[in-house]
Amino acid sequence: MQSDMLAFLKELVSLPALCARDKPVRDRIRREWEPMVDEIGTSRLGNLHGIKHGSGPSPRSQVLIATHMDAIGMMVSEIVEGFLRLQVIGGLDPRMLLGLPVVVHGRRRLEGTIVQPPEACLPPAARRSAVAFEHLLIDVGLPPRQVTRYVRPGDIVSFALAPFQLGEDFLAGHSLNSRASVAALTVCLLELQRRNHLWDVIAVATAQKEKTAGGALTSAYMLQPDMAIAVGVTNGRGPGVAEHQGFILGEGPTNGWGPSIHPGIHREIQTAAQREDIELRDEIMPVLTGADAEGLQIAREGIPTGVISIPLRYLHTSVELVALSDIRRTGRLLASFVSGLESDFAETLSWD
Amino acid sequence: MTSEYSPSDRPSASHLRLLKRLTEAVSVSGNEGEVRAIVREQVEPYADELQVDALGNLLVMRKGRSPNRLRVMLAAHMDEVGLMITAIDSDSTLRFEPVGWIDTAQLPGKPVWIGKERLPGVVGAPPIHLFTPGDLTRRVEITEMRIEIGAQSKEEAQRKVKLGEQVAFASKFTHLGSTIRAKALDDRLGVATLIEIVQHMPPEIDLLAAFTVQEEVGLRGAQVAAYRMEPDLAIVVDCTPARDLPTWDGEENMQYNTRLGEGPAIYVADRMTIGDPRLLRLLIQTAEQEGIPHQLRQPGGGGTDAGAIHLSRSGVPSISLSVPARYAHSPAGFASIADWRATVCLLYATLRRLKPSILKRP
Repeated sequence: MQSDMLAFLKELVSLPALCARDKPVRDRIRREWEPMVDEIGTSRLGNLHGIKHGSGPSPRSQVLIATHMDAIGMMVSEIVEGFLRLQVIGGLDPRMLLGLPVVVHGRRRLEGTIVQPPEACLPPAARRSAVAFEHLLIDVGLPPRQVTRYVRPGDIVSFALAPFQLGEDFLAGHSLNSRASVAALTVCLLELQRRNHLWDVIAVATAQKEKTAGGALTSAYMLQPDMAIAVGVTNGRGPGVAEHQGFILGEGPTNGWGPSIHPGIHREIQTAAQREDIELRDEIMPVLTGADAEGLQIAREGIPTGVISIPLRYLHTSVELVALSDIRRTGRLLASFVSGLESDFAETLSWD
Repeated sequence: MTSEYSPSDRPSASHLRLLKRLTEAVSVSGNEGEVRAIVREQVEPYADELQVDALGNLLVMRKGRSPNRLRVMLAAHMDEVGLMITAIDSDSTLRFEPVGWIDTAQLPGKPVWIGKERLPGVVGAPPIHLFTPGDLTRRVEITEMRIEIGAQSKEEAQRKVKLGEQVAFASKFTHLGSTIRAKALDDRLGVATLIEIVQHMPPEIDLLAAFTVQEEVGLRGAQVAAYRMEPDLAIVVDCTPARDLPTWDGEENMQYNTRLGEGPAIYVADRMTIGDPRLLRLLIQTAEQEGIPHQLRQPGGGGTDAGAIHLSRSGVPSISLSVPARYAHSPAGFASIADWRATVCLLYATLRRLKPSILKRP
């Protein structure tokens, strides 16, 4: 399984799936989940739902575990002399984009590179600073008339850098901030094949997180779970990220703590980690979580929610870095959490 | 003119295979072994003499057949710009400095290869979520950048990387229609050109082909190669920037240097050399008479191995000819295959017209 997870993850990263254009990645995840769940379906906004029934007596409580599957990317905004100008979808640092290979999904699939115009082509005021997003161009290496034939404004642009391993435990690649959590949730489902659990588990891969975070909110409304866990990523310590700002990669996931998180779930996650002998660190989230949890918490009458995060370095770049061991630990932690839930856990959950 | 050979203006599959090998090889200045090995394999069967000199230049001599032959030096540099590891930090990341002029703005977020074993690494920079608003317009200084190799301790990093190891962009050669995208087009396009000329030698001259080292750190290989070869004249084949991008306000771009797709760029003058007027005339005449596309590089900055060669001993009449490429010294340059083929055609046709009389009058 361990090597399979890596192959699955690399495949996910290589699929284009921008915010609101998630079909390729949703289809791939569906293929992976389908044999492991009892029901599978897609919501109106494109969230993937996989439901695995528990062994408890009906009506059973349900826990929803959500991770987003969409990725940041770009759209073509304008075509100038055969070069493409860009509009960003999600938060991107333009300085990380220069020289990056991309794919333009036009009438034909075109490979290209994000380029910085020479200084003489920039306004004088922009020549001394880092190049702004509005001045970046994509070069697809084709004559202008072919470019206008194949590309229109609004066409999606996705990153094309292939994922690659660094050292024994790290994987670098774009879009890992969502795909690593998808992999962790998949590990959880696999673990649950051989563990007894009383609760129903609803695995959700949400769409459109990078734009509106609307995916998690609408799925929680639709499925009415008794409890929810958001799986995401958190800043990994590294260049530019000080000790108080990030977590060391390869030392395990984090357990969120703050107003968005139900203290009873926080405690239960700690217990699950101890059972599995997984090192767990608290991640302090003083206001909101910045993740799917924000939407889950306030769906319908409100849902008790917890947050588990995988440390990741270089967030929102084409070389996001995660430790494979952290993904596996997160999957095991989730499975341990689910299988440890007593039938009446939801009723015993208390803020005090 | 009895030679049967004439270079094709279209690329063959074997041309492209060679370009792929040459551009994916790693040869940062001072460490040109990988490219040198490919060149040696390609030219050795054709060479009358072949040697690797004290600095690592690969020098090839091939004698012509006509009487009264000029000794013509052709030069293309084998080295590319890159980085060198200068320190290993306590957090197991690596500090580095550039080797040659490199566009450091292109470094963050790029995969790299470290050392002969091509250990994968990546140039890291802080995530956008932790920035304050002014940060995005600030250029990231090279002193803030680190290379990450996935080591979990300084000791592990020290086991895997030695100080002084060189770093190159981890870029693959790709085809985008009639354009090729690769690292180190500067100057593997020149190297590929010279290989073809050595293999299909024009009989009118004595060919002295210098595959030079350390161009990017100051034309150091070319200087000693020219001294040893003592040529009558020299033609340098290099790769020059095409800055033919649209301007921000829609005005015509008048500082393009060269344009992609308009053929080889002939040098009138750069920062270091004034092209020999007799050779300049010959190149232009040849191109016009043979119907080979060509352009004059906008005079101005930059320089090639000609900067060192033309001052060798008592002076060598020299000129440069370049294949235009966009985004020089970055992970992904763009060049037109047609421009490169036209460069080979123009060089070959010009060499066939070289007679001692060209140097009679200054």
